[in-house]
Amino acid sequence: MIVVENLHKTYSTGLGKKGKKGKGKGDGNHYGNGDGDVKALNGVTFRVNKGEIHGIIGPDGAGKSTLFRILTSLLLPDEGPSKATVAGYDTVKDFRQIRQIIGYMPGRFSLYQDLTVEENLNFFATLFNTTVKENYHVIKDIYGQIEPFKDRRAGALSGGMKQKLALSCALVHRPTVLFLDEPTTGVDPVSRQEFWEILDKLSEQGITILVSTAYMDEANRCTRISLMQGGRFMATDTPKGITESYDELLWSVEGERMPALLAELRVHPSVKTAFAFGDNHHVTVREGISVDALREHLTGKGFNKVRITPIEPTVEDAFMKASMEVLNGNE
Amino acid sequence: MGSVIEVKELTKRFGNFTAVDRISFDVKEGEIFGFLGANGAGKTTAIQMLCGISKPSGGTGRVAGYDINKESERIKRNIGYMSQRFSLYEDLRVWENIRLFGGIYGLPEKMIAEKTNELLERLDFESERNTMVKSLPLGWKQKLAFSVAIFHEPKIVFLDEPTGGVDPAMRRQFWEMIYDAAERGITVFVTTHYMDEAEYCDRVSIMVDGRIDALDTPKELRRIHNAASMDEVFTRLARQAKRVE
Repeated sequence: MIVVENLHKTYSTGLGKKGKKGKGKGDGNHYGNGDGDVKALNGVTFRVNKGEIHGIIGPDGAGKSTLFRILTSLLLPDEGPSKATVAGYDTVKDFRQIRQIIGYMPGRFSLYQDLTVEENLNFFATLFNTTVKENYHVIKDIYGQIEPFKDRRAGALSGGMKQKLALSCALVHRPTVLFLDEPTTGVDPVSRQEFWEILDKLSEQGITILVSTAYMDEANRCTRISLMQGGRFMATDTPKGITESYDELLWSVEGERMPALLAELRVHPSVKTAFAFGDNHHVTVREGISVDALREHLTGKGFNKVRITPIEPTVEDAFMKASMEVLNGNE
Repeated sequence: MGSVIEVKELTKRFGNFTAVDRISFDVKEGEIFGFLGANGAGKTTAIQMLCGISKPSGGTGRVAGYDINKESERIKRNIGYMSQRFSLYEDLRVWENIRLFGGIYGLPEKMIAEKTNELLERLDFESERNTMVKSLPLGWKQKLAFSVAIFHEPKIVFLDEPTGGVDPAMRRQFWEMIYDAAERGITVFVTTHYMDEAEYCDRVSIMVDGRIDALDTPKELRRIHNAASMDEVFTRLARQAKRVE
């Protein structure tokens, strides 16, 4: 349903041009490529099958929104041998067709603040030559939750309700493909769960969904995911495939004085990485050390009641490993 | 150890809607206090009252030693604040942001200059002194914003979702900065939607429908609610909310 090959996007920041080549001291472009340009997408390739929920997992600044804007035909990619199609339509040449069949919920709230809930929804339905009544069955689950407030101005809604209205508006013309750019950012864990339950229902109706998020725990709700950082896809697979291809020895370490314990783990020669993960630390170790040996070492350093267990990795573990490899490989 | 925040029956009403409903709690010096709650539970309104930018409709309290009802200007001078949305001026350089905030909090020129050098060195950030803030990666911005928020050495710093959208490794580095600040005696009051981060707090409160429904150490909360994780504790309490947004 979505095919992307070797997609690039470079933004010119206007800095460092006028013959001032290279990274001059204090010219404010340390993070660019020296010409003042920023490479937002650096050769992205992936495809999404019909009816899938495909997650783009990555932090702010990874290039997620740029990718969404290109796929929704709102932004031109760099010229060159690349490909980006949605339902067979080219994102540059066939932008009219694409706009008919997609729904797009941008990261920033983009509805009319001065129109009421109902007026916003009617407006978007009319733009697509349809009516709320005709497609009510598509939006029923989500719109039903805010319908009691249909006469309230959109600007006066709470964050969670705005998000539900935005999704209703993106769905009201019954799109084939739905693009959701960070729909759950700043949303509490319970509301996030409810939001994903709605996405599951839309997916069952055959709607293909591309969704981006910075919350690693949401990765497991997707059919397949791509891990994104610095304009690149580090991996694309099912969440299970991602965690199964993780090839480190990973242990959970718990005990008293957790911050001090973390510092102690980091200086142990057999420990590769140690990170806090909620109530325990996740530690990757080199071959040859045993759980008992590490526990004894920690006890010797004054840490009592240490519990160490080999564990299965999460998507977050995989993400951190992949992003460290990118850092070490490139710089 | 003294309390940096102590509030009793703190309440905020908007018309006939009670956003914050008689909350009472205290935060001890040097503590990392997690302030959790679902969207619409009343967290933001409560923080605005604690920071002296919104007048309570009822209740009493002191923040950083000053009366929440009568001395809001003094409170503002003695706290630090940072949120995900607004933290630094994008169109100013790194050193300009530091100087601006140092000046706002009334630090003398010479002291600002000295402390700026010290700060940039500690962050290993000297090469970015003249960089425009807008061209820094988000994780770096957040580190800098936090450092700026505690530049005037406040008794307490309020962090409103400081790690939203930040990558996993940077999120953890950020928490290491929080620990450092707490060790230097700065009390940290933090909100987050990441439940793993709730575990890093000394104590956590969970707001539901304008009230504080739970307040304890993460370990104790898990025990009381017989839950495997803070995520479970949070979900259980937040699902009891009756208030429609």
